[in-house]
Amino acid sequence: MRPFRQIKFLLRITQTQDIARRYFVVNGFDGALTMLGIIMGFYISEPANPSVIINACMGAAIALGVSGVSSAYVSEQAERRRALGELESAMVTDLQDSAHADAVRWVPLFVALVNGLAPFLISLLIIMPLWLANAGVDLFIAPIYAAIFVAVSLIFLLGVFLGRISNISWLRSGAQTLVIALLTMLLIYFFAGA
Amino acid sequence: MALLKRLVLDVLKPHQPNALEFSRNLAAVGHDYHIVLTVIEVDENTETIQLVIEGNDIDFETLQNVITSMSGSLHSIDVVEVQSEPAAE
Repeated sequence: MRPFRQIKFLLRITQTQDIARRYFVVNGFDGALTMLGIIMGFYISEPANPSVIINACMGAAIALGVSGVSSAYVSEQAERRRALGELESAMVTDLQDSAHADAVRWVPLFVALVNGLAPFLISLLIIMPLWLANAGVDLFIAPIYAAIFVAVSLIFLLGVFLGRISNISWLRSGAQTLVIALLTMLLIYFFAGA
Repeated sequence: MALLKRLVLDVLKPHQPNALEFSRNLAAVGHDYHIVLTVIEVDENTETIQLVIEGNDIDFETLQNVITSMSGSLHSIDVVEVQSEPAAE
């Protein structure tokens, strides 16, 4: 079986597609809100060199990625081991040469990558306008505004994605996450700014 | 040399992979296999199934490996049908 088909098969037999999807949304949302928070922090502070903002955001993005990978790997591997043990007890047989044993090895790794890469890649997209501006690209608006716009847009899109997978109105779901983003910005503006 | 034409197996398997995927993966290892899977009993984590496999020359070893790789456990071979190969002229 090809690697992609194999991982799909393992996710299917362990019924972990939903977990991977949930991790993507939850940690992606975490990443986007964290970036929005850091950038808002710089927005309400004394003007800073763009490279300082980029470094602060990159530091947080890497930490979110590593945290996502390691925490999901440890917890998901424990969960898969427990499930395999239960299945072996029910089957009264050793399943070490089976697809369920392969799942103990590969599913935690896949889920961990989803959990770590979601906030990391979303953070990179949010930092992109700052990078481009730092590299001399004219963005027509201040790079910090562009980064805030990207962050808010991605948070809205995560809400749309949630709406589509839960079969509720994508507009309503997107609006809900948008309200959360705007509320976060207001809280930072009034409390951190004060 | 006798050719294995038909087998009836009693297998215990987890709920996943489901009956459809389980029988498809078994059929995929032969070029003319005809598989009938019947669920006999369903428990909390497992199900007992009866597999009827028909083919021109069934490779039992490969079938057993596929059953094991899908976390199945072969409990018994209930029916075997073999046919001797016609002698070469």
